[in-house]
Amino acid sequence: MSEFKCHHFNFQQRVGRETESTRVKRLTVSIRLSNLLKRNLIDQQKKERAQQVRSSIPAMNRILATKAGSNVYRLRIPWRSFSNDAAPKLSNPNAGDPEKGSEAQQYDIAIVGGGMVGLALASSLASKPLTKHLNVAIVDSNPALGRKNFIKKDDLPDARVSTITPATISFLKDINAWRFVEQHRHAYFDKMQVWDYTGLSYAKYNARDADKEVLGCVVENKVLLSSLLSHVQDMDFLKKIHPSRLTSMSILPNSSSSEVDSTSSMTALFTHGRLAKLELEDGSSLYAKLVVGADGGKSRVRELAGIRTTGWNYSQNAIICTVEHAVENHCAWQRFLPSGPLAVLPIGDKFSNIVWTMTPKESLDFKSMTDDDFLKAVNHALDYGYGPHPTSGILGSSDLFSWLKGGISSSANDCFEIPPKVIKLASERMAFPLSLRHANDYASKRVVLIGDAAHTVHPLAGQGVNLGFGDASSLSSVISEGIAVGADIGEVSLLKKYEADRKPANITMMAVLDGFQKAYSVDFGPLNFLRAAAFHGAHHISPLKKSIISYASGEMRLPLFA
Amino acid sequence: MASSKLLSQPRWHRLLRRNLPNARLFSGLPTQHPGSVPEPQNHGEPKSKNKFKTASSTPSSLKEAELAKFAAISDTWWDSEGPFKPLHNMNPTRLAFIRSTLCRHFRKDPLSARPFEGLRIIDVGCGGGILSEPLARMGAIVTGIDAVEKNIRIARLHANMDPTTSNIEYCCTTAEKLVDEQRKFDAVIALEVIEHVADSAEFCKSLSALTAHEGATVVSTLNRSMRSYAAAIVAAEYLLHWLPKGTHQWSSFLTPEELTMILKRASINVKEMAGFVFNPITGRWSLSDDISVNYIAFGTKETNNEE
Repeated sequence: MSEFKCHHFNFQQRVGRETESTRVKRLTVSIRLSNLLKRNLIDQQKKERAQQVRSSIPAMNRILATKAGSNVYRLRIPWRSFSNDAAPKLSNPNAGDPEKGSEAQQYDIAIVGGGMVGLALASSLASKPLTKHLNVAIVDSNPALGRKNFIKKDDLPDARVSTITPATISFLKDINAWRFVEQHRHAYFDKMQVWDYTGLSYAKYNARDADKEVLGCVVENKVLLSSLLSHVQDMDFLKKIHPSRLTSMSILPNSSSSEVDSTSSMTALFTHGRLAKLELEDGSSLYAKLVVGADGGKSRVRELAGIRTTGWNYSQNAIICTVEHAVENHCAWQRFLPSGPLAVLPIGDKFSNIVWTMTPKESLDFKSMTDDDFLKAVNHALDYGYGPHPTSGILGSSDLFSWLKGGISSSANDCFEIPPKVIKLASERMAFPLSLRHANDYASKRVVLIGDAAHTVHPLAGQGVNLGFGDASSLSSVISEGIAVGADIGEVSLLKKYEADRKPANITMMAVLDGFQKAYSVDFGPLNFLRAAAFHGAHHISPLKKSIISYASGEMRLPLFA
Repeated sequence: MASSKLLSQPRWHRLLRRNLPNARLFSGLPTQHPGSVPEPQNHGEPKSKNKFKTASSTPSSLKEAELAKFAAISDTWWDSEGPFKPLHNMNPTRLAFIRSTLCRHFRKDPLSARPFEGLRIIDVGCGGGILSEPLARMGAIVTGIDAVEKNIRIARLHANMDPTTSNIEYCCTTAEKLVDEQRKFDAVIALEVIEHVADSAEFCKSLSALTAHEGATVVSTLNRSMRSYAAAIVAAEYLLHWLPKGTHQWSSFLTPEELTMILKRASINVKEMAGFVFNPITGRWSLSDDISVNYIAFGTKETNNEE
């Protein structure tokens, strides 16, 4: 017979925020289940738990508890005890517990993490005919999710923005959510200029080179979030938003047990491995056939599912803030400086978003300096700071590549421009450490990861959230196909199809971005020259430019394989 | 083309009959073994020796040995990495074909999540219920039958674990017995069964008798071609070890023409046929027009035939 392997999930105690009652509630015992040992373990655990409770309740309360009966005791320490009868049920909501009024609910899909990618998945499922009947719940403690219209028109732009590629724009248009984004501030841009500090060369990209209208659109994260939320509310899709954090998750192995349990209760299904059980910080719990981890780079779902990651921390931090110009800005600018790229992205209404990657020490300095000093530093860095302006003289004029031009690449004749000066700081400066992280598997039994939970990348090409939207789109297609053939949506074989679809594309993009990051972190003469040659080539060789733009727009899954 | 095959058969089969008393004769000829009871067997059955059941010649001890051997691996029905892995891999593709043909035939909405609501479907040779459960999730009222009792038990246990599949009716019986009980179904599905049956003509007649008026019959099997010998026998059994050796007898495979003919004689008109191809790079099966190895046929019951 097959061995029973139980995934055991541990709590990590969070220091400094715990009360006694929650600490006791969250202590768990790691369990190794087998049919033979189940009952012994349940007894053992009851004893252990009783002991822990006794040791943690101060003597006074213990007396109160015994005197006043079990109610007081339960009010102070609301946790679920194991069932009293000998049936192999792992947990039973404590019937007499006043805090646990509602029964645990069962959903088809539980999306842990209601960020942009989690909501995009919900949105996509809502718009597909085969999946719109599914019971979906979102677990996220963000209070904004419970409100409608949390954006006011005259708010200053948030510093957290994302560059949305045309592929993502068409995905959002397909699921009919883009119209909500258009009601708020968003900025299309069709030009991009990239150069570095050596002054050897530059590259200007125009959407016309790839026969497109835009290179992308810059949207604030909160706008995306509220648009996707409006869309799912409009479709009347989400059954429930649980405003809490995930604390534990249990998934048991499939057991074709010889005991024919004729009840199809949730606990019975959970014991047979057909449902995953999620326990939340506020004490409630829910069951789901599939748990989607969309909870970001430090994913709890990934941790609880035991999925390992590969990756490293870049020794770089990114400072982000919103700035204002005197004139409108419709171009995206990126200058590679010795310690990292500085990017200026137009947000609209004369505002721009700055993403400046630098060493951690520099980031502390820049974060703490005065606003004026910071603005001066930004203008200097975009202008003559660190190196001269590029001219096309050093590597020869564009006639060298005229035979490769093949078509109109009008932007090859565009001269180098200096970005518009920043005149005002419109938000606080925030600093984030950067890292590269990739989950070794995207799927395990009844668990699947999307977005940053599966992969985190360097922001230098604005691809991070776009990879996440690609994941959401792919996963919802896979779920839809699975439902079409009557499959159980939590089965690993189905989820592996999603992994096989997204993993190569994600890994390739990560490799490309990491390559860029490494290539630009070294200041070495011949390498500088090579980089400049690469810029020059990309600027003048139009087929190459076209394929770079297509790849960065998300239209090509793999670079250079058109 | 089929008739030339018929003519070329007898000498070869005469040889076989002498040396291998259990060889299956080509079913286009009138049945030469009176009293043979075609028995739907399962895909994973290791040896085909006991399929040939004449009233007197099959020793019962051999049959029990076969069933025991099969019962030993029947626990692994739902282990998607075990001996039934190729079947699990092929399952979504088969279901896609069934879904599209049945939706079209019964005029059901293909975009609905439960398109088979209200349809009575029987899965002949259901094994562990790999096909029955998805059909039930698609809304059908499913009956699964199999000749091996252990399979039925495994199927029932597994189906009970999910409320959407717990009302599948599983019986350990044969198609013929159900015909005697005069059961009728809107759709009769027998996938990967007919190549294990002793008399495929009788089997098809039973399938047809189970099909209700204007109902559908879906049969899938392996083609008898050089390619299928290389793929299903040599590659699958000996090289890749996907199937236990001896699972299939190449001589019992049916070409699409032969299958169409037997079904026609059983008053089922084959309307659509598709092949399954395996892509070794992605490791996935897909539907295609290539019917040279695995193929599936969809037919409807015509009622103005005399048989």
